[in-house]
Order: sequence, then C-alpha cells, then structure tokens
Amino acid sequence: MAEEEKVIEELTSEEAKSDPLYVPEPVEGAAAHIQSFKAAPNFQEKLGYPGEKPENWKEVALEKMQELRGKFRSFRLFLDICVKCGACTDKCHYYMGTADPKNMPVARADLIRSVYRRYFTLPGKWFPSLVGARELTEEVLEEWYTYYFQCSECRRCSVYCPYGIDTAEITMASREILDQVGVGMKYTNEIIGKVYDIGNNLGLPKPALASTLEDLEEEIEEDTGVKVRLPLDEPADVLLVTPSADFFAEPHIDGLIGYAKVFHALGEKWTMSSYASEAANFAMFIGSYENMRRIALRIRKAAIDLGVKRIIIGECGHAWRAAYQFLNTLAGPFDFLDPKYPVPQHICEYTWEAIQAGKLRFNKEENDWIKLTFHDSCNVARASRMGNYPGGQFDIPRNILKAVCNNYYDMAEDTIKEATLCCGGGGGLLTDDLMELRKKGGSPRMKALQQATEEYGVNKMAAICAICKTQFSKIMPYFGYGMDDIMSVHQLVSNAIVLPGSEQEAELDGTNEEEAAEAAEE
Amino acid sequence: MLTVLYALLYYAAFIIFIGGTAYRIWGYWKTPAPAVIPTTPAPITRTGVVWRMFKEVALFESLWKSNKWIWIFAMMFHLSLWLIIVRHIRYFIDPVWTLVVLAQPFGKYAGFFFVLGGLGLLARRMLVSRVNYISAPSDYLMLLMFIGIGLSGLTMTFVSKTDIVGVKAFFLGLMTFNWQPLPTDVMLLTHLALVAIFMIIFPFSKLVHAPGVFFSPTRNMTDTPREKFHPVPWLPPVSEVEFDPPHGAKKKG
Repeated sequence: MAEEEKVIEELTSEEAKSDPLYVPEPVEGAAAHIQSFKAAPNFQEKLGYPGEKPENWKEVALEKMQELRGKFRSFRLFLDICVKCGACTDKCHYYMGTADPKNMPVARADLIRSVYRRYFTLPGKWFPSLVGARELTEEVLEEWYTYYFQCSECRRCSVYCPYGIDTAEITMASREILDQVGVGMKYTNEIIGKVYDIGNNLGLPKPALASTLEDLEEEIEEDTGVKVRLPLDEPADVLLVTPSADFFAEPHIDGLIGYAKVFHALGEKWTMSSYASEAANFAMFIGSYENMRRIALRIRKAAIDLGVKRIIIGECGHAWRAAYQFLNTLAGPFDFLDPKYPVPQHICEYTWEAIQAGKLRFNKEENDWIKLTFHDSCNVARASRMGNYPGGQFDIPRNILKAVCNNYYDMAEDTIKEATLCCGGGGGLLTDDLMELRKKGGSPRMKALQQATEEYGVNKMAAICAICKTQFSKIMPYFGYGMDDIMSVHQLVSNAIVLPGSEQEAELDGTNEEEAAEAAEE
Repeated sequence: MLTVLYALLYYAAFIIFIGGTAYRIWGYWKTPAPAVIPTTPAPITRTGVVWRMFKEVALFESLWKSNKWIWIFAMMFHLSLWLIIVRHIRYFIDPVWTLVVLAQPFGKYAGFFFVLGGLGLLARRMLVSRVNYISAPSDYLMLLMFIGIGLSGLTMTFVSKTDIVGVKAFFLGLMTFNWQPLPTDVMLLTHLALVAIFMIIFPFSKLVHAPGVFFSPTRNMTDTPREKFHPVPWLPPVSEVEFDPPHGAKKKG
C-alpha cells in the first residue's frame, strides 16, 4: 500500500520524530482500517439499547439526532457555527499520529454534520453538493463507528476553536446515535454492564476487593511497621471513590497505598464502598446521560448509607471530570454533606491542603533517584478545576510533586497544561483492538517526554489518571522507556511520606539522636 | 423597473435576514445546556465569563493561540467589516450621527483590508491541504461573495463615482415606503445584489456564528458546577429515581 508507506515515511522522518507537535500532510484513509470490536446484543440491551440494527435504523438515527439537537445546546450549535477555518486541523493527537484527515476535529464533526445538513437544513435539502451534505447510508454509519471511536474526547480542539466547538460533544452525541441503532462498542458497553452487575469496571466482587485491601494493609505494615487500614463499607467521615484499576493494576495500586498513608497520617476516618467501587464513569464516553446518572447515583447511595460527610475522588482523569462537572448535576444536590467542602473533592486537593497546613512529613531524599515530570491528563486539564482559582488543576498536582521530590521538570510549555497532549488511550479507546491507534495517538506526548529526557534527564513521568497510567505503561516501551516509568502522584507521596510511629521515622529521628549524642560528647 | 426589482429584493432580504436569524437564535436560546462544561481553565465568576467572551469576540483569543496567520487574516477581515458597517449607516439615517461621520475615512480605507483579508483567507483555503480538505464549494463561494462586495464597493468609492445621494434616497425611500429611483450603474447593482444574497443566506449558513458564539457552552458558562446546583432539565429529580439494588440482592419480579 503506497499510501501507508507514505504515512510511515513522513511520520518517521527526523523532523517528525523530534517535534512533538509535528503536523503531517493528510493521507486519505490512513486510519480507516482501525476499528474496535462491536458490542454483542446482550451488552447493548443491558444498557437500554437495541441488540440489533432495526429495519428502520435510518429513521431511528435521524429521529435521535433531532432529539439530541433539542436537548443539547452544544450539539445543536456546534453543527451550525463551524466556519471551516481550520484552526483545529493540526491540534488533534490522532491526526498528528495517523495523518488521516478524518481525524482532524472539523472533519470528524463533518462526518455527522454532512448528514445533519442533508436532512435538517434548507441548503442541504436543495443544494447538497454545494454545502457538503450527504445521505445517511450503511457506509456512512460504518464510517461514523470507525472515526467516532478514534476520538478520545480530550477537548484539545475546543481550546483553539474561535467558538470553542468541542468535538467531544459531537463524538458523544454520535456514539449515542450509533447505540440507538444497535451499533455499540464492545469495550465501553461491556464495562458499563459490569458496573451494573458487580459495581466496578473490572468486575471485582466484594470478596475479591476485601481480600485485595487486606493484602495491601499487610504490605504497608511490612514496609513501614505501621498498621495502615484500607477500610471497606464502614461508616466514616470520608468516602473515597477511586478507579477500580487502583485495586490491582500497576502503578495505580501504589497510588492507593499513597492515599491510605495520607489518610492515616491525618487520622482521618475514611472508607471505600464495594457498591460504589468505581470512580470511572464510562457512560460519559458514550454520551448517555441516563446511564451516567445511574452510575453516579451509586456514589450518592454509598455516601448516604455510610453516613459520610465528604466525598473524595481518587486519581482518575475522566472520573474527575465526571465527578467535577456531572456528579452534582446528575446525582445532587448533596445537602446532607458538610457544606465546608466542595462536593466532590479530588484526593490531590485533600493532600495539598494538608501539605500547606504542615500536617504531613516527607523525606524527599527517598525520591532523589527520580528526575520527574508530570503529564496533565486531558479531562483534568480541560474539563475540571482543583482548588479555588481557574488553573488550580495544573498547580496542585505539581505542588504536591515538588513537596515530595527534589528533581521536578516540566515538558515543553506548548505540550502541557491547557495545551496538554492526550495520552492517546482515553474516551473509551483503551482496548487492545485499538493498539495501533493508541501508539500513534500517544506519540506526540511521548515525543514531548523524550525531549524532556534529552534536556533534563527526566526518567519518570507522573500522572493522576488511571487510563493514562495503563496507556503509558503499554506504549512507553515503544519509545525507549520501561513500563514502570509512569507513576502515580500518590506513589511519589507514598515513597517520601514519613508516618508517625514508622520505621522510616525512627530511622530519621534515630539518626538525629545519634548525631546529637555524638555532638554532645564533643 | 430595476427600482421595483431591487426594492422587492431588499424587502425580502430584510425579512429573511431578520426573521431567519431570530428563528435560529430562538432555537439556541430554548435548547438547554444540561451540564456545566466550559473548556477549562474557565472563569468562576460572571464578570470573568463576560471578559472571556469579550476577548474571544474582539481579540480572537483562541485563534491567536491556534495559528498566527489565521489570526491576522481573520482579524483584518472582521475589523474592517465592522468599520465598513459603521460607515454604511450613513445611507440609512438622516441626520447622520457624529460617530458615523467620523467613521467615513476609516470605513473607506478599511475596504482594502477587507479585500486583502478575504484574499488571504481564500489563499489559505486553496493552498493549505488540511483546510482545502474540509472546504465545500459554499466555503469558496462565501469568500468570493465577500471579496466581490468589497471590490465593487471600493470601485464605487475610488473609481466610478456612483450617485450616492441617489442611493441614500433609494434606501430611505424603502424605509418610508416612498420609493425613489435607484441609480443604475453596474458596480452599484452588483454590490447591492451581492449584499442581498448575503442577507438571504445568513440564517441558513455558517454565518450564524456571529450571534451563535455567544451561546457556546464551552465559552459562556461559569465554572461552578460544584458550587451551584445545575440540574438536567429533562431528567426527574433524584428524589424520584431508584438506586440500583445492592449486589447480591434478589431482583424484583
């Protein structure tokens, strides 16, 4: 395939490899072969969608489109006001990585905009070819499925659009339309089903969860000599809802250990819930407010049942967006919680507050072997806030890292914070059948990291998103890093924290005692 | 004869422009923005949002972040457009406001930058392969229409000396239903025809981005979803919803 060779040749050129924001020339169809497995009928039905494509799928799809236009100002407006200026065309990491022009945000939106114009606008009805309008056919439906599952809903495009057109909103609506005609994604829809059946994305039932937490308690005691608890389903003041990956994946689990140590050091009465054992909300990826609400309500019920006063979310990017922008809206109001604290809070807000108040003790030398950088996860950067000023979500994690690590460096300014490059695995795309896409989509971020390694010797990257951590541990080896070079922020906290009554404390203070004794003798 | 034709054309264009745009705006107005989704970092106060919107509309902040070339051409095009529009008010009111009188020279020379900006945007659309890919025929025609309006206007001002007193009499006549004859030079007729087309296609095209931008939920929402309860209008309140049963509980029925 000459086309494919052209893409590979360009993207592996010296210029392309050294520039994280390199923009290739468009190559039609370069990513058309990348498609994830579709959901089986029973998984569709569990979510309230048809299991098979109905006979009148075209009418159903168009009806749904009209319905969504009436319910979502974003979808309605964004279909109309794009002026094709092209400001977004070089901003999507999937375009940068695949060179497929349908991965340019505007072109991705056009896949459905062209159909919208054909059936719902005068120019589209009367002069379709003049305005780029087209019929809805089986081929178009397939194309929608291919390319709306090559968008991670990272909102990078919305930063650069003069009207803030957010392709994520278009993708969510398109996936909802696809689901309504029985075309769903296996990965996302199966996982949502697992939450309904078992309580979390990984399908970990309560006994497995309890056993995992017990093992972690033992591990922490072995390491520190302190009995740090990881309570499950106990009445408490704080409910921690964290991504289920924190219970068994690396480096996520080290983050969970970090939260537990912080709670312990502060004497906080906290708990997790086996019923709401998942912070992540995959229904957000498929744009289903009904399913999103059903999942979010678990957090409400757990908070009520366990009588907590505060809800804190663990390190998960899109879960934090779902919690920050949607929890109150879908499952609130939370009048029964302590009004002194926002609902919900991020574990980083909690930890940083404690650090500022001087309540946590760290031995930064424990992280001296690490030259660290931080990856701003897309949903955190562009769809949330931490603290009480805009942009706190950039500062607070970095502040924590600088409090526990002596060697911190940022990647290039135009690849971080508001401009951060998505890890390439978000938005429901973290599945092996999309590995090629994940590698290509993650390459801009990886190139930015490589630059930081070259310039500062950076050897580890920290993140506060379960998807980023899994995605990076999978793709980093392709870019010259080890699978364990991605770390949780609270893993670094865990490395450095000195718990009261711990072996680490004794060592530090004991050494001081010895030195003091020696000094006294002189 | 031409007077009658253009009079009817402009009545129709005006009604379609005002009515059509009002209809579009009404559609955006009544459609809810069910969740608080500004692109963050976003302002947490109303004043902050107004300032953000101002920076977007007056200074094209996002375009500046995106690409300096597109910012330059878009700025040139739009700034000139506003100066030109303000200057043109003189044809529709009597006596003419001082501001409009002062705008005369600015509006006239802005015509050059308007055409220059338009040509820059057209060149970009033709020469940059990414922008070329996303362009439909209507995108080119739209630019050609604007450039045509600009060129015919400039020609009238600087070359062919159209009877602008007659033009003003014609338009005032339309507004008072006392029709006056329309001067018949080609440049004027071209100019007016293109402007009428602009007015007619405005509500049905991407030109609605002008009022539309103010409705964009990613720019006009205050980032306070935790602080202010913002329910989804079409979902029942939480008190009326059943939770999923605890795991292991028997299913009903």
